[in-house]
Parts: sequence; C-alpha cells; structure tokens
Amino acid sequence: MFTPHTPKDVEVMLKTIGIEKVEDLFTEIPEKYRFPELKLPLGLTEMEAAEELESIANANGSTKTLLNFIGAGAYDHYVPAVVDMLLRRGEFYTAYTPYQPEISQGTLQAIFEYQSLICELTGMDVANASHYDGATAAAEAVILAYHHFKGKRTKFLLSRAVNPQYREVVRTYMRGNQAVSILGDDPETGIDASMDKLIAQIDAETGLVMVQYPDFFGRVIDYKPLIEAAHNAGALVAVAVNPTALGILTPPGEIGADIVFGEGQPLGIPLSFGGPYLGIFAVTNDLLRKISGRLVGETVDNAGRLAYVLTLTAREQHIRREKASSNICTNQGLMALASTIYLSLLGKKGFEAVSNLCYQKAHYAAAQISAIQGYKQVFSETPFFHEFVIRSPQPAAHLLEDLRAYDILGGYDLSKDYPELDNCLLIAVTEKIAKEDIDLLHDALIEVTHD
Amino acid sequence: MTEPTIFELSSPGRQGVRFPVSDVPEVEVPAEFRRKDLPLPELAEIDVVRHFTRISQKNYAIDLGFYPLGSCTMKYNPKINEETSRLPGFAFTHPLQPEDTVQGNLYLMYTLQEWLKEIAGFAGVSLQPAAGAHGELTGVLIIQKYHADRGDTQRTRILIPDSAHGTNPASSAMSGFEVVHLPSDARGNVDLNALRELCDERLAGLMLTNPNTLGLFDENVTAVIEMVHSAGGLVYGDGANLNALLGIVRPGDLGFDIMHINLHKTFSTPHGGGGPGSGPVAVAPALVEYLPDPVVAIIEPGSEDLPPLYGYAHPAKSIGRVKAFNGHFGMLVRAYTYISMHGKEGLRNIAEKSVLNANYLLAKIKGVYHLPYDRRCMHEFVVEGMWPDAPGIRAFDIAKRLIDYNFHPPTNYFPLIVHEALMIEPTETESLETLDAFADAMLKIAVEARENPDLLHEAPHNAPVGRCDEVRAAKQLILRARKA
Ligand SMILES: Cc1ncc(COP(=O)(O)O)c(C=O)c1O
Repeated sequence: MFTPHTPKDVEVMLKTIGIEKVEDLFTEIPEKYRFPELKLPLGLTEMEAAEELESIANANGSTKTLLNFIGAGAYDHYVPAVVDMLLRRGEFYTAYTPYQPEISQGTLQAIFEYQSLICELTGMDVANASHYDGATAAAEAVILAYHHFKGKRTKFLLSRAVNPQYREVVRTYMRGNQAVSILGDDPETGIDASMDKLIAQIDAETGLVMVQYPDFFGRVIDYKPLIEAAHNAGALVAVAVNPTALGILTPPGEIGADIVFGEGQPLGIPLSFGGPYLGIFAVTNDLLRKISGRLVGETVDNAGRLAYVLTLTAREQHIRREKASSNICTNQGLMALASTIYLSLLGKKGFEAVSNLCYQKAHYAAAQISAIQGYKQVFSETPFFHEFVIRSPQPAAHLLEDLRAYDILGGYDLSKDYPELDNCLLIAVTEKIAKEDIDLLHDALIEVTHD
Repeated sequence: MTEPTIFELSSPGRQGVRFPVSDVPEVEVPAEFRRKDLPLPELAEIDVVRHFTRISQKNYAIDLGFYPLGSCTMKYNPKINEETSRLPGFAFTHPLQPEDTVQGNLYLMYTLQEWLKEIAGFAGVSLQPAAGAHGELTGVLIIQKYHADRGDTQRTRILIPDSAHGTNPASSAMSGFEVVHLPSDARGNVDLNALRELCDERLAGLMLTNPNTLGLFDENVTAVIEMVHSAGGLVYGDGANLNALLGIVRPGDLGFDIMHINLHKTFSTPHGGGGPGSGPVAVAPALVEYLPDPVVAIIEPGSEDLPPLYGYAHPAKSIGRVKAFNGHFGMLVRAYTYISMHGKEGLRNIAEKSVLNANYLLAKIKGVYHLPYDRRCMHEFVVEGMWPDAPGIRAFDIAKRLIDYNFHPPTNYFPLIVHEALMIEPTETESLETLDAFADAMLKIAVEARENPDLLHEAPHNAPVGRCDEVRAAKQLILRARKA
C-alpha cells in the first residue's frame, strides 16, 4: 500500500540480512500465536475509501445542515481559510515534537508565539505549549496545586458551575490519591452566583479553588471576593476560561488568578465531534517551575543568532520519570498552531469583533426567547456572555426533540447534570448565527409549545 | 534568516480578517467586566500567511525526508486521511448532538473499536484517551480500581523495566502507585529472577513494552506474563511498538490485560509537530466494565432493512471519564481510513516491511556501530554512538552531523540502559534507496569521527540555526515575545 518495496528490493534486503524469507524475521514470536488470521475486511483503494468515508460522513447531521444552538464547552465559530491552509503544510503537520531545535525552528517559534498570545489573552505570565483539552487541563491544575503544597493541602474545591465533564475528569485523575478530597460542587453548595457557600468552605486545608469564567451557564461573575478569600487562606485559584470571551471581558490574570486554563477549541479549531481540541494552561511567575508540559524559550545558537528551544525540561517525564510534574508527552501541537494563526489573523480588532458579536447576538436571543409566554431566563439578573439558561414550560428533552422537526439543535439539556435545573436548556449563540436564525428558533419555540 | 515574531510584525490598524457588522440591537457590556486593553498583534492576511509559511520552512518533516526517530514510528502520513477527516459531515458535528443525528460518527467509532479489538486481541476498547501517556494513565487507573474493587488494597506497586519510556513511571506515579524498577537481562529481556523476587502480595501490575525500546521481542514474554498473573498482578502493554506486530501476533493472545495503541504511530495519524495524538486503550474480558465512560455500542440491533442504532454505553465499574467528549475524533477518522485501506493483508505487510527495513539497515551499519544486544531486531534497533578510538564523539554529535546529510537524527539518549544510544526506526514506508543513502551517511560519519571530529562537533553546518544554547535558555527564561 504505502510500502515502496519491489520484489527485487525484498530479495536484495533478505540476502543482506542473511535470511531466506520474510517469515524468518519472526521466529522469536511464540509459534502458537504467530500470524493470526485477522477478521477484517479486505483493503480498499483510495477511491473506494474516499467514497466510503463520504457516505459515513453524510449519515450525520451537522452544523452545516442543522441550525445549531448547542455549546456547553465546544463552540461553532467561523474558521478563516488561512488557518487550515497553513495547517496543511507538511512541514508543520508531518514533523515530530521539536527535540532537534536546529531543524524545528518553525514549530518552536510557533509555540513561542502561542505561549505569548495566551499570556496576553489571559493576563498571565507564563503559558505552556498545551494540554490535551480543557478537562485534562483542569485535572492538571489540581495536580499542580497538590504538588505546590507538597501534598499538605488535600482539599480541592470545584464550583458546581464548572463544566461537569471537567469535574468528572478531575475526579478520575485523582482517584488513585486517597488523601485528596474533591468538594464544593454538591447540590447543597449550589450554583448561586454570590459564591458565598463555596467561599465559606475555603480553609487552611484548601489547596485550590476552581471556578469558570464565563461559567458553564454562561454567567460572568465577579470572582474578586472569592479570590481574596482563597488567597487569605493561602489557597490557589484556578479559573477555567472560554478564550473567546476574553476578547471583551477582563482577563482573570488581572483579578489575581494563579492558574488560568480552558478549552482552546473556539480559537480556530473545528468542532470535529469533540476533538482534537486544545488545553490552554497559564500561570503566574510564582508557579512557573510547577507548570507541567512543554515550554519553549528564547536563546541563541553558536553563531549568536536568535533561536528557540524546549526549556526547563527537567520537570518532564523523559528526564524525571516517576518524579515528573505530569506524564504528558505528546500534546496538542498542531491545535496550538491553529489557535496561533487564528489569533494572529483576527488580531486585536477581529478578535474583539467576534467576541462582541457573540455577546450581542446571545443577548438578542435571550431577550426574544424569554419574551415567549412560559419561557423564562434563569439567572437573568447576572451578566452573561454568549450562553444562557432558559426554563421552558416542558421538559427540555421533549422540547429539543420537537425542535428537530425544524432542523434545529436547540441547545443542551441541563437537567442531565443539574436536577435543580429541570426543564432548563443551555443555549449558545456565536457569530455564525444570524438574526433570522434566532427569529427562526423563537418562532419554532412558539409553535412547539403547548400547555 | 531570523523571522520576527508576529508581535514584531504588528502594525496598529491592520486586521487580517473582517466579520459582518452586528444585525441585532446593540447592548452594553457591563463596565465592571469590560476589558481595557486587548494586546493582540495586528497584521494583514498576507503578513500572516508569509510569516507562518516562512517559519514552516525551518522545519524538517516526513514530507521532506527520512525521519528514523526511534519509538516514534515516523511513517508516511497518507494525504487521503487529511481529506476524509475534514469532510463537513465529520468536521462540523458537535460532540453533544443527539445520538440519532450522528449515526455516521458513532458507526465509525464502533467499527474502529471492533477493528482495534481484533487487531490487538482484546475484548473491549475505549477511544477516549488523547495520546499514549494518557492511555497509560487510563490503563493504570483501571489496574488501581480493579484491585480496589476486590479489596486488594495492599497492591501498591507497579513494576517498570529499566528500558521503559519515561511516561510509564510517570503515569504509575500519577495514579498513586509506587514505582519499582525491574532490570533487564543480558539479552535485553526482562530479568526473570528479579521479576520472581518482586512477585508478591504488593504487586499491582507490570508495564511492559514489547517489542521493547531496544527493538527486541521479549523471548520470555509468556513466562513473564504468567509470573505476574500467578502473583495476582495485571500486565499493562505499552503499545507504542505495535507497528511491528500487526498481523504477526496479537498482544491479547500473549496474555496482556491492557494495552494502549498509539494511532499517531501505528495507524499513521500525523504527529503535528508534537500532537495531537490518540491513544485508545484495549482490555481483556475481565476489565471491559472498567473502561472510561462512555463507550460506543449498538443500542438496538439492525434488521434486514435497517442498520443498527449506535449510541453511548456506560461501563458498570468505569474509572470515569478521562477526557471531555469523544476523544480525538478527527484522529479516529484518519485511523479508520488507514485501516480500511489496508485490510488484513495490508496490515501484516506493514509489520513485515517495517521489520525488514530495520533488519536491513542494521545489517548495513552493524560492524561499524556497536550493537549492545546482538540479536535480530523487530521494527527498530539501538546502537551505541561512540567509539573507543574517537574520544570526544558522542551520540549527540552523530545526530547533529546527520542533519548535514539531510536526515532527521535518530532518537538519542533513550533507552537509558544503552550508552550513547542511537535508536533507529526506519518504518515500512521507506525505500531501499533511502535506507542505503542513510546507511552510507552513517558509515561516512563513522569515518569523519576519526578523521575530522570537529566536523561532527560543529554540526549541523547547513541548518536554519546551529547548535543552540540550552543553558542560556533555562537561565534567562524568555518564555514570551517582547512587544514591538
Ligand atoms: C515507548 C513509548 N511509550 C509511551 C510513549 C508516550 O506516548 P505519547 O507521546 O503519545 O503520550 C512514547 C512516545 O514517545 C513511547 O515511545
């Protein structure tokens, strides 16, 4: 298939090795199990495979064929043509991790620029070269805090308004560590925007408090009191961000966050059914040596020319092995490049424009929908970015089902993760949604609502 | 030539892409949350395109030449994968869409699970893990929960051979285990005597890479696995080297309990300059219910005129989620495309040609480069990059000199048990001519090492930059661009 060997080549090679046939290469494999008959289909030609994959893809509805209002951690933004054109350069996507700096300056400079852009966007001092996604970055934030306090602080508080999947992944990562308790996201502590009940749980045992900005419900909350309380107790604060919101909203770095992380998918990465995405991770200078993952730094070569290299590698698994700050090796390099190109291309003005469009359209949608009889915006007294919660007169699952007749994906059913939000729908609006689309959703909702 | 950073290329007032003006009534962003300054660069589209094109040209890549980076399986990445994974029906699907709107995606994931089970000989597969190390973490957490559920909480140790990749001990430590090092014997196999002594009631499991990082198939693999099993432990297989085994032997048949599979190695998904990868985890029957939540399953069987209904299933004893959403779906589409183009015969051909290429290359350079474990290799081999009569020459110098010959250097200084290791993995996609050219360069360098060692010490001579000052980078720590 993709092997260039002619029969004559094989003959030459076998002779050089000193064996007669290819099978002789495998005599060390236990004979009983050697050369199993795999139950797989026969191989396809490229033409056949292309057709088959196209027909599989066509069996899906997508945001190209359905009007989508689902967000909940992944957002359908417009990706300019430049991003993918550049990603498709073989020099970028068929290279490995830049372990040989002399012939990897392209990748290294791109990561250096990525780190810089993330710092500017979040208001933090140092960003790493990426984690797998927002959820695993959340887990890495908890691990960082655990190590920062040398295992002495064992209580980690997660706001209930942090993405439920992030919280689940944090718990999975920490399940081997019996000393640690993950608290703060129980129904009793709740989802009140005041954060009072969460703040009340911060104490001298607390290693980290994690909140989200905008939170899972799209709310923009003033975390200054929470950060102050955490810092007074000596705890760290990690803020999960939606990077798009930082086009118009004050970055967490400016209000004292110690760790800012999040899902970087909105920065020029296609939805692609959930991945590959991009785990953003940034810290203050105080935590620089505790950060896990790769870091690129500036230096010079032996002729004094500016050059970039991987640096502070003594934190990483290939040097430190079981004492490493994380096991991460392969990260999301190409996705970090996508976001670097995206942010460079949109720049100050374009990125602010996208952020503002999301804000404006979401507010129009919220106003239109909550004006429908029986529909109410939950948390309407709290500012929000591009996602909001609507309580409908009927179970969200039914409503979503009914909207499908209009080719509308109406949002995310919150009752699955939040029993207290029965009949509630999380609706996301990006710059790709036009006013007419919102009006369409509005009209469809009126038609499907019956008492 | 030095390329300025995007910040240095910025000029106030430029904008690379524009967006429509708002078509809804304007509302104010509350002043207390309004960002004061957004210090992003400002460039025109052409500036951005030239900048990234120019820096791309400072990279070496598979598409430019031979990349024998041991343990990384830098095989050719078929272009059709890049087309299929970007089909709008895949690329524009939201991970939280209702299941009946994504039957194509779920079918693809289900089928890939089935294929990986069949190829590696296991009973269940999770496609969730994002990379090899993430698969390891998943697998070790499964080991942890399996023992905990049986009340076997005194099993606190994971054995790691001294030849293992750094992610193995790191993943074990992250899962709360004590890491115990296991030596190799003189033939590069697991030292059976040392293993026997460590097989006690504290043993939770063993992480074994086979073929190991020396490129050697462990001659006692079934005995090793049996020993661990009879002591009540589980055996984790680091599947980084599965390329050598496709259609040759199934790790599950050998008795492995868990294994991760690197789609970004064996199944040709590109490395992307460091990622994304994809590290599905496969498990034996007793562990299927421990897989990360959810897996893809057939929810309603099909009939004559209806295909089955695919959906999410929730393993009863699951360790939980290890990642948001559905894993690296875009990588799954590439791997699916690749496997469907190979079929059973094609897969075996991959393993055969990768092992043939490695043994051929080894035969060409053997007498000149010392082979510490003198055995037939699998898909890669490790030689020493040093000679008694060339003092001052290290594997590092040889690696850098190879750049002058337009090759990517092999992996060096790994595995740790070989002095001045050069780990060479040619992969199956390379031709006889390429292997010959590389062998010639290796042989020439061996001569240069004696006759003109400075040529090696000062290499590379024709790369975009020369040897970089890593000490300075770590000391002065410039981790972000100055603004213009
Ligand atoms: C033997 C071995 N194990 C594990 C890994 C880790 O895999 P990943 O980089 O995908 O996390 C590697 C990757 O380089 C490897 O070579």
